[in-house]
Amino acid sequence: MRRAETEIAVIGGGPAGLSAAAVASSLGARVTLIDENLSLGGQLIKQTHMFFGSKIHYCGVRGIDIARILEDLVQKQEVETMLDATVVGLYENMILGILKSDRFWELQAKRIIVAAGAREKMLAFPNNDLPGVYGAGAVQTLMNVYGVRPGRKVLMVGSGNIGLIVSYQLLQAGVEVAAVVEAVPTIGGYLVHASKIRRYGVEILVSHSIVEAIGEDSVEGAIIAKLDDNWNFIPGTERTLDVDTICLAVGLAPLSEVLHQSGCELVYMPELGGWVAVHDENMGTTKKGIYVAGDSSGIEEACTAMLEGRIAGADAAGSLRPEAKSEADRVKREAKLELDSFRAGPFGEQARSGKKKLFTSWVQ
Amino acid sequence: MRLLYSCPMETSYRIREHPILTFKPGKKVKFRFNGSELWGYEGEPIAAALHASGVRVLRRSVKLGRARGFFCAVGKCSSCMMRVNGVPNVMVCVTPLQEGMQVETQ
Repeated sequence: MRRAETEIAVIGGGPAGLSAAAVASSLGARVTLIDENLSLGGQLIKQTHMFFGSKIHYCGVRGIDIARILEDLVQKQEVETMLDATVVGLYENMILGILKSDRFWELQAKRIIVAAGAREKMLAFPNNDLPGVYGAGAVQTLMNVYGVRPGRKVLMVGSGNIGLIVSYQLLQAGVEVAAVVEAVPTIGGYLVHASKIRRYGVEILVSHSIVEAIGEDSVEGAIIAKLDDNWNFIPGTERTLDVDTICLAVGLAPLSEVLHQSGCELVYMPELGGWVAVHDENMGTTKKGIYVAGDSSGIEEACTAMLEGRIAGADAAGSLRPEAKSEADRVKREAKLELDSFRAGPFGEQARSGKKKLFTSWVQ
Repeated sequence: MRLLYSCPMETSYRIREHPILTFKPGKKVKFRFNGSELWGYEGEPIAAALHASGVRVLRRSVKLGRARGFFCAVGKCSSCMMRVNGVPNVMVCVTPLQEGMQVETQ
């Protein structure tokens, strides 16, 4: 076993964690960034599309390039990074148990920022365990990071932004998209993404879902059907699609294991994807010194994750370094304004109301 | 006996041309899957190399023997566990491929 010490431990090197580490370090704190992967960037490394928002949110920049920009920032700030390192437990007195390349580490921290991200949700249907039923993130990883096609023809389940964007990326990679099915009566994501794949002739079938996957040892087809107002399949509307891959883009759930273990208060909030830590506007949980940022604090977007990371990093560093407090406050103020403006649109409604509930429950 | 895997002769799953991305794979290495020789690029996940060779079935479920592949590809769901160099329960979606690896379904 090895021991190490740091001031601020950041769990997760995605958009939230990288932003938190860069800000905290620029304010003079000693920061250790821990990530279980072999490289930093989190899910940004497979986002080939350009981001929306204002310039400060890296509008017009592709996710893969944002990952590189943030990584450079962190390296310039001399943040210590532990890669291939999985946080496996949180002990008393702010000690993290970390498994790094088969060796166990104990890291003593003064502040901990949990930016662990999210996991993909599953959908219940017969044969959903067949090889060829892949999460949308998995498809992106395989295709955009490693250059391997997930299959020849895909059924996309879910028309949120992820479902729409990954459908387009599949087309870019030379994979056919048989259809996109969406259980609710309207398309979930931005219409600009929907239009893009429609122009390529991909059907987006709302009020439709997957009935079952067909196949013996791997996906050989899928049956889809129309849903009535009570979410029941309408008999006679079944269609069999000739696909070898079924891609599930049915949402994400926050990764909150370390938070559960920390003893901080968590609440179940469907609008934020599942169990989330109750936190205040500075991203502090009900456990002193433990922060949360990004998808771990409720499912949103990479842009909001970066802003939340900045807030958490600034607050943590400001609480340790009195001389940096005024600068930390300035960073937080700016980031909060940006967050508000980002969530102000109609697509930010869920996150806006969800986060508001969290802030108020923290006060009580 | 049911086939443990399917393995077409041609490896057409590799993306050769892409409008945005250029792939810089490592060097080509050979490895063994259930005894037969396959190739992949050094450092890519074992699961990616297998998938590119048309292998989708990575293990069988314990009770019913149902086929299992990967689901999340980021080391979260444990669906892709295989025996690698004799070590069981290795998550092949996040384990880099190396020359001469012995990869087996479990």
